[in-house]
Amino acid sequence: MDSFDKKISANEKTNRPDRVIPAIEFRDVHLSFDDKKVLDGVSFTVRRGETKLILGRSGGGKSTTIRLVLGLLKPDSGQILIDGEDITNYSEAQMMDVRQKIGMVFQEGALFDSLSVYENVAYRLHEQGVEEEEVESEVRRMLQFVDLEDAIEKMPSELSGGMRRRVGIARALVGDPKIVLFDEPTAGLDPPTARTICELAIKLRDLEDVSSIFVTHEMQNLGYLCSEYATVDNDGQVIFEQEGEKLCLINTEVIMFRDGKIIFSGKDEELRRSDDRFIQRFINGR
Amino acid sequence: MNPFLRFLSELQDITLMIWSVLVGLTKSPRYFKEMFQQMDLIGVGSIPIILLTGFFTGGVLTLQSYPTLAYYGGQSETGMLVTSTLIRELGPVLTALMVAGRIGSAISAELGSMVVSQQIDAMRALGTDPIRKLVTPRIIALLLMAPLLTVTADIFGIMGGAIAGNQIYGHDYNVFINSMRNGIEIEHIIGGMIKPIAFGFIIGVISCHKGLGTTGGTVGVGRSTTNAVVLSSIVVIIADFFLSRVIQTVLVTRY
Repeated sequence: MDSFDKKISANEKTNRPDRVIPAIEFRDVHLSFDDKKVLDGVSFTVRRGETKLILGRSGGGKSTTIRLVLGLLKPDSGQILIDGEDITNYSEAQMMDVRQKIGMVFQEGALFDSLSVYENVAYRLHEQGVEEEEVESEVRRMLQFVDLEDAIEKMPSELSGGMRRRVGIARALVGDPKIVLFDEPTAGLDPPTARTICELAIKLRDLEDVSSIFVTHEMQNLGYLCSEYATVDNDGQVIFEQEGEKLCLINTEVIMFRDGKIIFSGKDEELRRSDDRFIQRFINGR
Repeated sequence: MNPFLRFLSELQDITLMIWSVLVGLTKSPRYFKEMFQQMDLIGVGSIPIILLTGFFTGGVLTLQSYPTLAYYGGQSETGMLVTSTLIRELGPVLTALMVAGRIGSAISAELGSMVVSQQIDAMRALGTDPIRKLVTPRIIALLLMAPLLTVTADIFGIMGGAIAGNQIYGHDYNVFINSMRNGIEIEHIIGGMIKPIAFGFIIGVISCHKGLGTTGGTVGVGRSTTNAVVLSSIVVIIADFFLSRVIQTVLVTRY
């Protein structure tokens, strides 16, 4: 009994800080290219299991934020923390380890043209020298998740835009990263395909406990991600339900960028109620 | 930025790239599969054009020099002239220029389009260093393939020279071969092998640097491809002059 108690308290010790330390934290980050200020004192946190929607006009610093998380760019000043680890001054070699726990979905998918869908999704595992049998089952599992198992032998050039994004998502999810970054994953897609991509993001958030940043400028996505949640019904099927009187989603928040500054941070309901001219124009298009 | 500063910053980028290639060689992962793929693409893939270039260059050398030599009564030395010109100068330089055109452009276009379609970023995001995965195999493949292609060009050039002499001027093959043997010294061959190694390095470094530095979408890919070919060709020709002088001084040759 004693040892059982010990086990529990040890577990609590290791688990609790895990939930408290944010997955991603920006502290007063500044960045300029030549004379243009891209980020001007940006601070925010993404908690565990939370999805942060970043809204803003094109060129407003949204994608830059994501690139900073991955260390593809370095800030001029300020701090960036991943799982409580200050990565601001990490070298490229040190960043390689950090990147192992982050999945990134690029705007157009950014699939490797010279590799098949299978090799694209398996890329990370092949690099790690994982055995082929294990690679194959993992790749199939991931392609099943994005519902693209039939495309396994195809080359990226044979895929439609939406399929490329989904393969991109499958590739990002290999190795079950606990942080996933989406860089405008629905830009230029038809509404049903965009919806599918959002559903994947919702599934990751609600069923896999993934923390994510979802950069977008489409208000439709905001509606899906902030008001629907995924759950599993009695038959084991994943279903999507609307938040309502009884349940309000608290694991999704919105921040809005304008000229490198955060002008709004909070729930989607607050965003829609805001009387800021810029925000209203963004929501209504006029 | 003024041109001089731009030149300095490019030089710095190139030096840093070479440094990371060298550092990357000392530890794993090493990408042998990519290296062999590139060797096939660069080496085997270039054989047809190198063969044609070499053959007709040798031919035209005989075509143009035979009458002049005959004027002085020295037509029996055609073999020596053609061979030593090919081995010392034209073989390495023409091979390098053909490789710059065919491979340099391909490398910078491929890497450039990977940059603009975010594939390089994706590679870094997935935990792979693009220098090790893409740049190192290409540079090493060029270092190894350029001398081999040069030898091919030399051999087919000599054949072209002998055939042109025989068919056009009725020059005997045996005379050609005899004078060729007298004309070649081991120093010439060594010098002729050092040059393509240096040229392969120049082409690889410049093309990779231009490709990875691509900005501005698809137009940028075209621009960096052009820059890669033009710059590596010019640098090859300039380096050839200085290399020739160094080889002449270090490996003392009789003529």
